[in-house]
Amino acid sequence: MHHEAPIKEFLGLNFNLSNVLMITVASAIVFIIALLSTRRLAMKPTGMQNFFEWIMDFVKNIINSTMDWKTGGRFHILGLTLIMYIFVSNMLGLPFAITYDHTLWWKSPTADPVITLTLAAMVVGLSHYYGVKLKGVGEYGRDFIRPMPFLFPLKIIEEFANTLTLGLRLYGNIYAGEILLTLLVGGLAHAGVGGMLAAVIPTLVWQGFSIFVGSIQAFIFCMLTMVYMAHKVSHDH
Amino acid sequence: MLTNSLVLGAAGGGFNGGDILYQLIMFIILLALLKKFAWGPLMGIMQQREEHIAGEIQAAEESRTEAKKLLEEQRNLLKEARTEAQGLIENAKKQGDVQREEIVAAARTESERIKESAKLEIEQQKEQAVAAIREQVASLSVLIASKVIEKELSAADQEKLINEYIQEAGEKR
Repeated sequence: MHHEAPIKEFLGLNFNLSNVLMITVASAIVFIIALLSTRRLAMKPTGMQNFFEWIMDFVKNIINSTMDWKTGGRFHILGLTLIMYIFVSNMLGLPFAITYDHTLWWKSPTADPVITLTLAAMVVGLSHYYGVKLKGVGEYGRDFIRPMPFLFPLKIIEEFANTLTLGLRLYGNIYAGEILLTLLVGGLAHAGVGGMLAAVIPTLVWQGFSIFVGSIQAFIFCMLTMVYMAHKVSHDH
Repeated sequence: MLTNSLVLGAAGGGFNGGDILYQLIMFIILLALLKKFAWGPLMGIMQQREEHIAGEIQAAEESRTEAKKLLEEQRNLLKEARTEAQGLIENAKKQGDVQREEIVAAARTESERIKESAKLEIEQQKEQAVAAIREQVASLSVLIASKVIEKELSAADQEKLINEYIQEAGEKR
């Protein structure tokens, strides 16, 4: 069941080539879908344009539910890209997992904690950047001792906890889904004809559930991103 | 082995600094590309549509006001026209009355005149007829008298005599 990761060292950094491949694939898919859907833009939207406008409104609603549009509008594109990229990444591992010579090549990039924690750290880092940019260093710093100065250590811990939970939540959900799929397909289905028949229904069910989980996780990631952003940039918190 | 893989996942051994860097760079590239090629134009068209709708609503509002104004104007014009028509009819009626009076008066005068002339003519005819009869009676009387008395009388004497008779006869009648 356990597959090796194709790790290669380059310029003193470890590259997991399967991650590199899947990140590229996910990015390419997102870009191609978005590009094809927005080629023929019209005042009267049709087909995919409708779908993308729906996504835009969806993300806009997420942002509007956490902060006012005047400050939140700048995060629209970030939120859109995040939700699309994470959704596509979550879906990539569902139809199959390709292993070659005992190394796992095709999987969800989000089934790797390094990837999800990178995204999470990026989001939290951005929230700090925008906190300083929109409120100034003083106001940003004072936020750490609000409402009580003795909460300062907790505030520091909170930042790291946010990063960890944001990344590991996504990773855990997707990785668990892939593990169970691997167990069902690679384990049960290999145990003879009866096992294969027995594996069909649970695999179908679990794949359907994984689609649901993948969508929900993409939504939650986007939502929490906006919550953290709002926490840093809005004045009333 | 399995538990190990469950806990650590596909991270494997060592610190994957390259993955972190690659993910960050790819995400930023994706963000930039999508912004330029997909989200930007899409937001543009949505903005455009918003403006278009706002413009249309504005235009509709304006044309509604315009229509209201025009309607009011038309209504006023109609009222005016109606009043004018009423006046015209009134005038025409009055004029008709006057004209009728005139025509009737003219006809009356004409008929009076015709009656007068007819009377005059009748009188004339009567005079003529009387004169003619007088002449006839005179000559007949002469004839009769000459036959009765068998005596010649001058025409002038006879006429004088007959005239006296006729005068007498006229007075008696």
